[in-house]
Amino acid sequence: MKKIIIALLVLFSGVTIASSSQHLESARVDLNDKESLQRGAKYFVNYCLSCHAAKHLRYSRMAEDLAIPLDMVEENMLFTDAKILEGMTISMNAADGEKWFGVNPPDLSLIARSRGSDWLYTYLKSFYLDESRPFGVNNTVFPDVGMPHVLGELQGIQKPVYKDIDHGDGHIKTVIDDLEVAQPGSMTESEYDEAVNDLVNFITYLGEPAQLQRTQIGWKVLAFIFLLIVIFYFLKKEFWKDIH
Amino acid sequence: MSGLLKNALTWADDRFPLSKVWNEHLAEYYAPKNFNWMYYFGSLAILVLVNQILTGIFLTINYKPDAQLAFDSVEYIMRDVDWGWLIRYMHSTGASLFFVVVYLHMFRGLIYGSFKKPRELVWIFGMIIYLALMAEAFMGYLLPWGQMSYWGAQVIVSLFGAIPYVGEDLALWLRGDYVISDSTLNRFFAFHVIAIPLVLVVLVFMHIVALHAVGSNNPEGIEIKKHKDKKGIPLDGIPFHPYYSVKDLVGVAVFLFIFALIIFYMPEMGGYFLEHANFVPANPLKTPEHIAPVWYFTPFYAILRAVPDKFLGVVAMGGAIFVMFLLPWLDRGVNKSIRYRGPVFKAAIVTFVISFVALGYFGMQPVTALGTFCSRLFSVLYFAFFLLMPFYSNIGQDKHVPERVSDK
Repeated sequence: MKKIIIALLVLFSGVTIASSSQHLESARVDLNDKESLQRGAKYFVNYCLSCHAAKHLRYSRMAEDLAIPLDMVEENMLFTDAKILEGMTISMNAADGEKWFGVNPPDLSLIARSRGSDWLYTYLKSFYLDESRPFGVNNTVFPDVGMPHVLGELQGIQKPVYKDIDHGDGHIKTVIDDLEVAQPGSMTESEYDEAVNDLVNFITYLGEPAQLQRTQIGWKVLAFIFLLIVIFYFLKKEFWKDIH
Repeated sequence: MSGLLKNALTWADDRFPLSKVWNEHLAEYYAPKNFNWMYYFGSLAILVLVNQILTGIFLTINYKPDAQLAFDSVEYIMRDVDWGWLIRYMHSTGASLFFVVVYLHMFRGLIYGSFKKPRELVWIFGMIIYLALMAEAFMGYLLPWGQMSYWGAQVIVSLFGAIPYVGEDLALWLRGDYVISDSTLNRFFAFHVIAIPLVLVVLVFMHIVALHAVGSNNPEGIEIKKHKDKKGIPLDGIPFHPYYSVKDLVGVAVFLFIFALIIFYMPEMGGYFLEHANFVPANPLKTPEHIAPVWYFTPFYAILRAVPDKFLGVVAMGGAIFVMFLLPWLDRGVNKSIRYRGPVFKAAIVTFVISFVALGYFGMQPVTALGTFCSRLFSVLYFAFFLLMPFYSNIGQDKHVPERVSDK
């Protein structure tokens, strides 16, 4: 599915991307890593939550799941006039969003479930300089994206490295081969990868907070059912002893 | 205490055939003693039906059948309702597993000849159940009001529009609007939660009554009623209860293990049970890049797309389902079980399974030249399996079908 979305995005975009950069990098999602989730939450409320909402996640739920004290959330993470029990909404309305960005920035509550963690991870690392775009940046996994490079101050600005592909028929196509940092940001490359990974980790949690619960309960349920299988198996054997 | 219970039972029996029904359908319903694991899927289908009804009731308590509220109410269930996520995953996983179970149940009937005389009506009732189940699943899939819900319904309902003369009006009548809209959601909700479930329950009842009237077939395809003892009990039969009720418990537990594994660790099943695009709210102005129905419909969707003409495609898709109804009359073989059928029939079954699975695969993929070619090839094989059956089904059958069930 992910591959299909990307293939179609590529198909419908004017830019041809070399197959090497179509490949999605894997995010290391680990919802047991509370610290990573907390850092991710910090990036999320600071960088995403002014244009994107996440209306299905209540601040209080996040505080509980991520083991952040409520007063800390209220002081450091709650920038709107929302109450702590309410969802992460924003004050920008849809009409303004559309006017300013071309499309209204989507609610991110379920973005990890529709796009996938790997896509988000790669997307956030794939902005590059493109003067033809309104915000001066484009993206290799989301061509002609409406979003500016919000994390640019951390990552720095990347510029594309082109290469020529000869199709054998004398037709030479120039495509983006790779991205390289043209102007460094406040983070090194590995620091930025970590930060994006934390952010994606949080967005993955945000897509389905119940993941924390279900993966913890799941194995107990399975162990119980396994016991049932054993008991029923021997029960059946006992009942069927006289059938030949 | 036991005296009191006995009196209570007598009191009830004088007013309602409690013991009679119990005996006729369980304690004194004699089933062949040689059922194998393929025979678990009937009782499992009932289990899943009960699961769907119970979880469905709990979902209905918090779900809002309103185009403005539906998507958010599902997320409310997933996040704010205590154990809502579990109920929802039990329902969504149950829907897919219902089809897994039913497909295996039908396949079992196919290879052991359980549809053959005198069980034609058991098969027909089963096929109507399958039809009702498809309608139930299709309408239920609209309710989360995601992109795939919306556009899947849009595509399928518009198929009715391809029917000459009445098509457009029929599609309009089904939707209650010119496009899939709030009114469609409301009527699909009504059908999904009450109309079709009622029909399903009645059909399941008839399926079982018909089965218990003629008796169960078995992997050998031998009629156990041919050899009875002095009391009229089949020599190769054993009472359903306790033998098969206890045996089915093993099947139930194994099924529940797989069920729980999916619910707790892979509820989306890689996008097959819950499609990724369905986590985006329905947007009537934005068609998704690739619309594919859920996996259990894709074999028929592939057949639809394989035909260049839209109306003929609809006819082929409908025909692919309808032709299964005719199975008892298409199969001219004398022997029931595949164990005593000729090599041509065995090869035909293998071809059919490959075709069905391949069609299912191509029905999920975006249209490509190769995909269309393969879909056409396998569609032809699919229909050939049924329509040529009168000619190949009696070739080279084993003459020596045993009279009695020998193995356990």
